[in-house]
Amino acid sequence: MKWAVRVERLTKDYVMDGETVHALRDVSFDVPEGDFLSIMGASGSGKSTLLNLLGCLDRPTAGQILLGDDDISRLDDNRLSEIRASRIGFIFQSYNLIPQLTVLENIEVPLHYQRRLDSRARRQSVELAEMVGLADRLKHRPTQLSGGQQQRVAIARSLINDPYYILADEPTGNLDSHTTEEILLLLEELNHQGKTIVMVTHEPEVGDRSNRIIRLRDGEISSDKRLREVAESL
Amino acid sequence: MLPHWLRTWQLGVKSLALHPLRSLLTVLGIFIGVASVIWLLAIGEGISQAARRQIEGLGASNVIIRSIKPSAEVSEGSQGPMPYGLTRDDFDRLTTTIPTIQRALPIRELRRRFNYSGRTVDGQLVGCTPEYAEVTQLFVKMGRFLSDADLRDRKNYCVLASGTAKQLFPFEDPVGRSIRIEEDYYRVIGVMKERAPMAGIGGSLAGRDFKDDVYIPISTLWNRIGDMIMTRRSGSFEGEIVQLSQVTLRIDKTEHVLETADLAKDILNRHHPNGDYGVTIPLELLEQAKTTRIMFILFLGLIAAVSLVVGGIGIMNIMLATVTERTREIGIRRALGAKRRDIIRQFLIETISLSIMGGLTGVLGGLTCGPISNAVRSGLEATVPDVMEQLPEVIQTVQPVIVPFSIPLAFGISVSIGVIFGLYPAIRAARMDPIEALRHE
Ligand SMILES: Nc1ncnc2c1ncn2[C@@H]1O[C@H](COP(=O)(O)OP(=O)(O)O)[C@@H](O)[C@H]1O
Ligand SMILES: [Mg+2]
Repeated sequence: MKWAVRVERLTKDYVMDGETVHALRDVSFDVPEGDFLSIMGASGSGKSTLLNLLGCLDRPTAGQILLGDDDISRLDDNRLSEIRASRIGFIFQSYNLIPQLTVLENIEVPLHYQRRLDSRARRQSVELAEMVGLADRLKHRPTQLSGGQQQRVAIARSLINDPYYILADEPTGNLDSHTTEEILLLLEELNHQGKTIVMVTHEPEVGDRSNRIIRLRDGEISSDKRLREVAESL
Repeated sequence: MLPHWLRTWQLGVKSLALHPLRSLLTVLGIFIGVASVIWLLAIGEGISQAARRQIEGLGASNVIIRSIKPSAEVSEGSQGPMPYGLTRDDFDRLTTTIPTIQRALPIRELRRRFNYSGRTVDGQLVGCTPEYAEVTQLFVKMGRFLSDADLRDRKNYCVLASGTAKQLFPFEDPVGRSIRIEEDYYRVIGVMKERAPMAGIGGSLAGRDFKDDVYIPISTLWNRIGDMIMTRRSGSFEGEIVQLSQVTLRIDKTEHVLETADLAKDILNRHHPNGDYGVTIPLELLEQAKTTRIMFILFLGLIAAVSLVVGGIGIMNIMLATVTERTREIGIRRALGAKRRDIIRQFLIETISLSIMGGLTGVLGGLTCGPISNAVRSGLEATVPDVMEQLPEVIQTVQPVIVPFSIPLAFGISVSIGVIFGLYPAIRAARMDPIEALRHE
């Protein structure tokens, strides 16, 4: 079995006003390639903290995150930025598109920071836009799109660098049930194509669509339940 | 596809285009700074060049000595008109005792009314020698200037300045006619070309406009008018006894100018204990003018630099606001793989774009200095001539001269200001914690 990411004894403490908050305590789990993992738990249980660490946006107090063969838990800011640009895809609850850029330009942003923008990359971003159903919106700006369409752009953007895994923080939190369904179908399809997805959600019906649910309570894993086997990648 | 740096640039311009008015106002700040650097330096250079030209026009190898009317206290108590100033004896003493004097020009000037067939002009009657024309750079337009023979024979000849000629003879050729000054008639033998007015330069040398002059041989003036001059002033007559208004000494070598001037002062002081004369040494003024010029440039440069810094503060202000506004964008970019230096570069490019735009337009604005100041001046002359006349002569006449180095200087400063004042906001943007930035509303 190959791993998209392996988390070992991950601990994250925040010190605020002299008091230490243990946001994550000794969390260990592995994510096989092609898995579709949901992280659930009450507010304050450490979901965002975990996602930020997996996204290389922060460094753990202790423990390791193995991305492929690399331990990314001790890298400096520059190296972390490089890893975010090349190996991680992000989808946010509030889409987080850049307002002054067009759909196509938004999709290309991660490549810009890898200095990998060329005509091949341009073709690839057009293909991704087509895949998420926005072929006729390439020159539109985010404000001209609906929430669901914006989230599709974000999904296309998360795929442009062919990441080790996609991190989705409440990707359907801002969407109505109909659009939620569309986005979930898209994520499922990506997963069937072999993409690894780690998603934070507090909606049980959204979590049920994934292959596996890890529940956090007070910074610890309270349960790790597999719903479906990892789809054999094509 | 565009190369990376051009794309980054394009991105910056796009972000600036989000707030066109704001960007425009920021550019305006730099524009004003850059244009004012060029303008101020050009005006400063124009003034100092004019001053230099004037001083050089006086002749670097000349020493100019002028009679000065003593102040009221000195002359008080004396009965009747008191003689003062340079005398013919002084003139002889100077020319005979100082060997380094190559030539000496005696000049006598007085205000007079010139008449011709019912028309009158109030102007300056100048008694002089033939060399006067050359030394003051007057050129003949019609006829001829005074000659040595006219001087020797004390001819009642006169030469008119262009203004006098135009006013007295609007329709006729003046040469050969006779004009009346007081009771005497003088035959016009020539008319001079127009000459730019000369501003007063320090000391005893007052400004001259050469417009309403009439030139006659100084020997004729002494003979016909004499040294005593009565002028009517507020009802009563006032008398003056002056033999020479000015003596211009031409020294054989520039190296001798200063010592000769000292020597001349020594000689004159013996006979003029009350200091009724003044010495102007153009060479000395020239040296002064050089230092004044540097001071002037430094001073104006300082003013301009201040305005540029103000423009820079404007940039910084805007960029700080922009950075705060775009916190979220910064968070997104960081999450998507932007390094700190990518963020710094992005915001620096925006400030540099603003300052380059300000710099380029400012240079263009600076280059219009000459035409615009002329247009403004003639506009003012046409609409409010009285106000214009009240203004100092420098302002009325100055021709800005663009200092070549001021263009790259102003441009370079504007770009540096973009970098300097953009750096702090850019660093602040780069220092943001990506997680915090992403959470920003
Ligand atoms: N930057 C921070 N500084 C201090 N405490 C934090 C910070 N981020 C999160 N925490 C704390 O860590 C705990 C876990 O938070 P979080 O990971 O945001 O939980 P969740 O996303 O599950 O709601 C909470 O108690 C929260 O208050
Ligand atoms: Mg959270």
